[in-house]
Amino acid sequence: MTATAEPTVEFGKARPRKEDARLITGRSRYTDAITPSGTLHIAVVRSPLAHATITGVDKSEAEQAPGVVGVYTAADLGLEGVGLPCAWPVTPDMKAPQRPVLATGTVHFAGEGVAVIVARSPAEARDAADLVEIDYEPLDPVLDMEAALADGATLVHPDLGTNENATWVFDSGEAGTGTSVSDAISAAEADPDQVVVRRRFRQQRLIPAFMEPRSAVCDPTGEQITLYAATQVPHILRTMTTVTLGVPESKLRVIAPDVGGGFGGKIGVLPEEMLVVALAQKLGKPVKWSETRSESLLAAHHGRDQIQDITITAKKDGTVTGLDVKLLADMGAYLGLVGPGVPILGAFMFNAIYKFPAYRFTCTNVFTTKTLTDAYRGAGRPEATFAVERIMDELAVELGRDPMELREQNWIKHEEFPFTTVCGLTYDSGNYEQATQQAMELFDYAGLRREQEERRRNNDPVQLGIGISTFTEMCGLAPSRVLGSLSYGAGGWEAASIRMLATGKVEVITGASAHGQGHETAFSQIVADQLGVPFEDVEVLHGDTQISPKGLDTYGSRSLVVGGIAIVKAADKVIAKAKKIAAHLLEASEDDIEFAGGNFTVRGTDKGRSIQEIAFAAFMAHDYPEDMEPSLDSDAVYDPENFSFPHGTHLAAIEIDTETGHVDLRKYVCVDDIGNVVNPLIVEGQVHGGLAQGIAQALFEEANYDDQGTLVNGTFVDYTLPSAADLPSFDTRTVSTPATSNPLGVKGVGEAGTIASTPAIVNGVLDALRHLGVRDVEMPCTSQRVWRALQDAQGRSTQETPVDTHSPGAGLGSIDPNNPQGEVQ
Amino acid sequence: MIPSKFDYVKPSSVAEAITALRDGGDDAKILAGGQSLIPVLRLRLATPSVLIDLGGIPELRGIREDGDRIAIGAMTAYYDVIRDDLVKQHVRLLAQATETVADGQVRHRGTLGGSLAHADPAGDLGAVALALDAELVIAGADGTRTVPASEFFVDYFTTAIGEGEILTEIRFPKHTGWGSHYEKFNRTAQAWSMVAIAAAIRVEGGTIAEARVGLTNMGTTPIRATGVEQALVGQPATADAVRAAADHVTEGTSAPSDADAAADYREHLAKVLTGRAVLAAVG
Ligand SMILES: Cc1cc2nc3c(=O)[nH]c(=O)nc-3n(C[C@H](O)[C@H](O)[C@H](O)COP(=O)(O)OP(=O)(O)OC[C@H]3O[C@@H](n4cnc5c(N)ncnc54)[C@H](O)[C@@H]3O)c2cc1C
Repeated sequence: MTATAEPTVEFGKARPRKEDARLITGRSRYTDAITPSGTLHIAVVRSPLAHATITGVDKSEAEQAPGVVGVYTAADLGLEGVGLPCAWPVTPDMKAPQRPVLATGTVHFAGEGVAVIVARSPAEARDAADLVEIDYEPLDPVLDMEAALADGATLVHPDLGTNENATWVFDSGEAGTGTSVSDAISAAEADPDQVVVRRRFRQQRLIPAFMEPRSAVCDPTGEQITLYAATQVPHILRTMTTVTLGVPESKLRVIAPDVGGGFGGKIGVLPEEMLVVALAQKLGKPVKWSETRSESLLAAHHGRDQIQDITITAKKDGTVTGLDVKLLADMGAYLGLVGPGVPILGAFMFNAIYKFPAYRFTCTNVFTTKTLTDAYRGAGRPEATFAVERIMDELAVELGRDPMELREQNWIKHEEFPFTTVCGLTYDSGNYEQATQQAMELFDYAGLRREQEERRRNNDPVQLGIGISTFTEMCGLAPSRVLGSLSYGAGGWEAASIRMLATGKVEVITGASAHGQGHETAFSQIVADQLGVPFEDVEVLHGDTQISPKGLDTYGSRSLVVGGIAIVKAADKVIAKAKKIAAHLLEASEDDIEFAGGNFTVRGTDKGRSIQEIAFAAFMAHDYPEDMEPSLDSDAVYDPENFSFPHGTHLAAIEIDTETGHVDLRKYVCVDDIGNVVNPLIVEGQVHGGLAQGIAQALFEEANYDDQGTLVNGTFVDYTLPSAADLPSFDTRTVSTPATSNPLGVKGVGEAGTIASTPAIVNGVLDALRHLGVRDVEMPCTSQRVWRALQDAQGRSTQETPVDTHSPGAGLGSIDPNNPQGEVQ
Repeated sequence: MIPSKFDYVKPSSVAEAITALRDGGDDAKILAGGQSLIPVLRLRLATPSVLIDLGGIPELRGIREDGDRIAIGAMTAYYDVIRDDLVKQHVRLLAQATETVADGQVRHRGTLGGSLAHADPAGDLGAVALALDAELVIAGADGTRTVPASEFFVDYFTTAIGEGEILTEIRFPKHTGWGSHYEKFNRTAQAWSMVAIAAAIRVEGGTIAEARVGLTNMGTTPIRATGVEQALVGQPATADAVRAAADHVTEGTSAPSDADAAADYREHLAKVLTGRAVLAAVG
């Protein structure tokens, strides 16, 4: 028997990511770095108008431009009848417009493609794009959701007869999972011992702003057509390309090489991806598209954009009795792959950690002439968490209660798990008390409350606010039967394979598709433990449908909780096979074989074989049991039985300079319960990134449109993403109440920071300002908005906060009103 | 994004650069650090036929003492300005303001001359040049001329640099021993100023003897807050006196409105920030 060193446990080790060296140094393979010989390049000619009839397309000058191979409209390519897929018909009567590959007849948002240039170089394609003359007859833009639903509104898609995509309702009274909210509200209104609090919140439009712009290359020259794409969903893209263009799935290989971030923004099936496939097939040459940053901000799908009308009822002792949620969700001009379902995902999370006896959720999806919206980190859950955490603070104010105490009074106690919520989900585990207590200690909640008191008393120009968010989320999308009940167009399983190589090394194949999360490291750690092999001996392969033929990709904090478990199941099968061979070689009964630390031993003896030896024996196949094949390789498909429910307590200390309105996040503490932790370093990274994005929604980001429907802050100069310099050093911790729904006890962490942090910040902002008479500040809580709110509260009227001012673009700090487009002479 | 086609020349002397400018005609554009010009080209807001890169002209780079002035070559990078001992000692306000410009990467590439020639009213260094009575040396085919900062900034993105001319040097009168501060207010930490106040103050025995105050992004050009300066001189260096003087800051301004700040908010900010800048300067 080969001596194996004392096995070290990988699970829980803060390993630096093995992907980092290549990703951080840029020695990597992003899609744009892939240029098969003979590649042609495309540029999309996009509409500058939000809503207009196309009255003419003159391609002649562009066709003559140097290097141009062709200029095409949808009609030229025979793609007029082709519509991009939406995989989530949320209701049977959902209204779905055809989303064309290139607009024909009418453009429905500024940035929509109308024609495509194919040229020998990207520069020539870009030059020629300027030469296509498109005549438009402007139509009225449709920008405001409420106006869009009013009688007589201009219709985005007149053939649908309405701007309403769908209305989706959940009523706990009707579902039998709780009582009726209408009853709860009427009862509260009639009862002097109850209160009803109604608020309207706005989820502004956000831009996912991944680092690597989108890109796709189609090489039609092999037996299979190969599509490289900067996508989160290579498997879905493959199936959907088949559905959309009719290329047989077996003829299509999709590769997602290294992908530089997605945050949901790369979950789509894109017109440009379909264009490169169609053009490559037509021209018989590789065709490539790489978007510019401006195109990315303008035309890649946006996120959030909801109006939330929230009603909460409670007894005066603080016990909540009902929650009514009415949403308007902006779909933009078309439906994205899962766009209509994104707000609906929130339906299960508005009740959050609280024991609402009655709950209703009504969401109306609305079409406007803006860029479409779809998944963005958290997808439905940040919106829900924001609303409920904000309204809990409002209720606390109404009742004169400490907001944390009020939450505690209403949340599910740790001894009440498993707990079936008012919308029918069963939370398997959790301990809100534990996370909260740790967070409050770390934060020095009591000390900061004292400081806050003092600053108020002294009329300090800098006021302190304390923001709370005690959140939960549903991760691990998703049990397939639940998706079925929501009419989602796919299952929620994940696939994995493990190949034991002759030399004892291990290849792990996953259907999850990493785009920056660190799967290669975390999955290697899991497999190293499961099989008892060194971490370094495990290679994780993914993102290529030829290597990993089966999978449902990465989104919804599912990779570990679903994909990771599939790997564990595959490892179990490897071990079971190896055990048989070991028993055979060791001439022992299988029942007497024990497996630990990579070694199969005969109980009570020192006889044994390492898993590597067994792998070699299987490869040689000179001597193995008759009733099995000579292979340890195993596949597994895992369909989760339940979601997982990470939770946590997030606390923010906010300083507001009341003279300028400047908001400074002074301190941020979070204690997240994400179950067992595979790699604390990766977890910390995920939490930090998530926090930055959630805080960005609260304080920095908003996609603004002018009254013509033009995106006015479509560059990184004016779409103000925060950088590290805008954020404090976060104090992040984890506690663990293991999930009981999966063998690793893991819960998922990819979206937690984003989901939890936004309400913590806004609650903190308002907590600093409320005693000065401020009732609300819209997101993002910019210094200007805060200042105006303070002026308002003091009865001084000021100008409107302008949001629709044109910007000249990158590199220019200000705008010349005489020359708003910023042409530089 | 991809700029449209242009030619590129890299002269090795100012004379060569001026010839290249003449040869390039209307469409020629000077390239300094490229931190404003390259984005403008990539967005195709400008489509010059030829770029004349000043990066190969050693005489345009560097900082020297010239009598009662500190002379800074137009192509001196922000990073070098910030670290320079002469600047720190005699024109500290310039170092303070330059430190607030953008991020480390931009500060390594961007140049003092490029910033002033670009004349973005949201740019940080115009207010400093104006407040400190800098002189700008401009070279052309007919030789060299010197323009005071007060005449240099003409309008949005427009300066006294004429066609065929190059900004070669910026001379700052020494303000040795003055207190100074650059108070910048922005939307995100590494961005242009929504409003900023450049203040240099000389205090004698507790009284403000001289005051220089420049404003960033309160009009189409950097603006000298002469009302504030006059109100400060002779006053005690106390918070009340300074705040009262700061109320004059909006005189002669025409604050722009954009998504970050409408004019009324900018005016309010200017008052608050002027008080803070001057108080920090008198320290
Ligand atoms: C991300 C980012 C953030 C920024 N933040 C700030 C900020 O906070 N504050 C701030 O002030 N600026 C900021 N800037 C702008 C930056 O300061 C630029 O460097 C500066 O505006 C231009 O300097 P440059 O050397 O890069 O000039 P270039 O970009 O090369 O040139 C700018 C213009 O000036 C002309 N020009 C340059 N040199 C000369 C010369 N010697 N003679 C005649 N004409 C000349 C060019 O032809 C061009 O029109 C930022 C830029 C970026 C990219």
